[in-house]
Amino acid sequence: MVRFFLRRVAGAAMIMVIISVVTFVLFYAVPRDPARAFCGKICPPQNLALIRHNLGMDDPLFVQYWHWLAGVFTGRDLPQFGECAAPCLGYSFATREPVFSAILDRLPVTLSVTFGAAVVLLTFGVVTGMIAAWQQGRPLDKIASASSVIGASLQIYFVGPLLVFFAVDTLGLLPRPAYVPITEDPGRWFVHLLIPWLVLSIIFTANYTRMTRSVMIEQLAEDYVRTARAKGMSGRTVFLRFAWRGAMIPIVTIFGVDLATLLGGAIITEQTFTLHGIGELAVRAVQNTDLPMLLGVTLVGAFAIVTLTILVDVLYAVIDPRVRLR
Amino acid sequence: MTPPSQAATATGPPPGGAPAAGAPGAAVTGRSPAQLMWRRFRRDRTGVAAACVVAFFFLVALLAPVISRLYGKDPYTTYGQNEPGLLNEYGYPVGPNGGMSAEFWFGLEPGLGRDVFTQLVYGIRTSLSIALVVTVATMVIGVVMGIWAGYAGGRTDYVIGRVVDTLLAFPAQLFLIVLLPVVETAFVSPEEETPVWLRYVSICVVLTVLGWTTISRLLRAQVLSLREREFVEAARVTGASPLRIVFKELLPNLWTPIIIQSTLALPLYVGAEAGLGFLGVGMTEPTPDWGRMFLVGASVYRQDITYLVFPGVSIVIFVVAFNLLGDSLRDAFDPKSRR
Repeated sequence: MVRFFLRRVAGAAMIMVIISVVTFVLFYAVPRDPARAFCGKICPPQNLALIRHNLGMDDPLFVQYWHWLAGVFTGRDLPQFGECAAPCLGYSFATREPVFSAILDRLPVTLSVTFGAAVVLLTFGVVTGMIAAWQQGRPLDKIASASSVIGASLQIYFVGPLLVFFAVDTLGLLPRPAYVPITEDPGRWFVHLLIPWLVLSIIFTANYTRMTRSVMIEQLAEDYVRTARAKGMSGRTVFLRFAWRGAMIPIVTIFGVDLATLLGGAIITEQTFTLHGIGELAVRAVQNTDLPMLLGVTLVGAFAIVTLTILVDVLYAVIDPRVRLR
Repeated sequence: MTPPSQAATATGPPPGGAPAAGAPGAAVTGRSPAQLMWRRFRRDRTGVAAACVVAFFFLVALLAPVISRLYGKDPYTTYGQNEPGLLNEYGYPVGPNGGMSAEFWFGLEPGLGRDVFTQLVYGIRTSLSIALVVTVATMVIGVVMGIWAGYAGGRTDYVIGRVVDTLLAFPAQLFLIVLLPVVETAFVSPEEETPVWLRYVSICVVLTVLGWTTISRLLRAQVLSLREREFVEAARVTGASPLRIVFKELLPNLWTPIIIQSTLALPLYVGAEAGLGFLGVGMTEPTPDWGRMFLVGASVYRQDITYLVFPGVSIVIFVVAFNLLGDSLRDAFDPKSRR
């Protein structure tokens, strides 16, 4: 278990380094000069050179990367911006705020949207899937299957505005999507995020409905279920106590993948509902050729994805004792 | 995941009557796997209906100029600005429901006042052709990499596997919008206007770079198990070259997952392309594009919801039809597999 964990963490660290290198190199392929943006409209060449020097942009690429990487672990002193403490991801070229704290500021928004949606869609998907399996072949099953096909085909940027239009503008049922810090007012935090959660759930639930339905049906045909039935256990007890356990493994797998997709998809979600999270930060960073910010956001995203993958593998072992982690 | 199909032990005609069918004589002997598949497919009413809808979309895309000629409008003219009385002073259509009328079937675009119907019809061309190109490209790369990794094993497998892992760990949407300007500047300096074809090519390139991993992983796993099967071993013992084994023994058994994955991947790319348009990094004006219609639609939905509904409903119908078709194909190709 420990060895497995160490190996996976080492692998994850390796992937993060590769991703940061790739982002760094890719960014240098874009010939838009961030120093020019710093310099202003009328820019004498010596000013430009000075700014480039202060930003460290006149060093060779690998030296710049090395400075950046060292800064992440030990912090660094940036002439243009001042001292930058240990997990130093640099300062944004565009807004001049420290990247790390800018990301931390916006993290709650993205996490609230993602994890809130994840909870809603997991419950909803598993419950509808179970109902569909329970009612196999009957109208309720067919309705669940049909709506899951349609749900999976919807786009956030279509359903989002549509739901806002009807629920907020026409009927006035819910407030406009926004982020209210949970520490400030949990109730308002909840209602203001309800529409984004619902939209994401509608789209992602389908997977779980289908998956839960098919694995439950499979599980119900297993020998141990038949044995339990034969011994006189009621259908409902078998269903709720035994069968769902075997159904959890594939669900955990796709849940890990989907959480990563949800986090990665934060860009479109936040754009749709004009939420000010990490996705918005990323879009702005691309528009402004803001390398430090872009690197920071990419790494946070990649970090979330690799961590989730490891977590999913650990969860397998928790759910299914037959799985050995090596 | 689809297990190797019922034809797995046969080295003859591949299921699905794929173009690589190396045995023309198979059609004579009763029912080939392709015929069996076709019969199963025809019995599936949902699948046939979905196939008709998909064919309809392809037809509309192909016949867009004809449709536009018959309808008498084109997607570029700003009718609302040229003719007074169509848009109000804020740029929104005067008529009800986004200006829908006998003349403008689906209404007018707010602001520019272009015809929505022709935009939609020409937009299918953009979306569908990008999705098609990307699907074919990802399939080719994915199949080559997957078979290579699975068949060669060892160090090759390790390297390809790590590349796939890394690509999968990239935050996909972010990477898409980072990569787009990079690909473009490889061809054109940033001062120049980006030509339309270049944006088209870079969208295809970027979606392909991130897209091939799924099919490659899937095929690698299949090849790993096929490689140990008797018929491959037999071929190897008789001295068949690796190339022959790959093309004549392995590939025929992989057509089923390849075709199924393509039908399921294509709607994803239609969505992804529209997503890029929605983020403002998709196809540029004046090329009609569904994604950009969503971008405009999302900014005017409070005043003119109709404009958002048309591209929205179109893309839903298209994606639903394609997904249903994919499911039916899977059932037909591979009746044993469960979803």
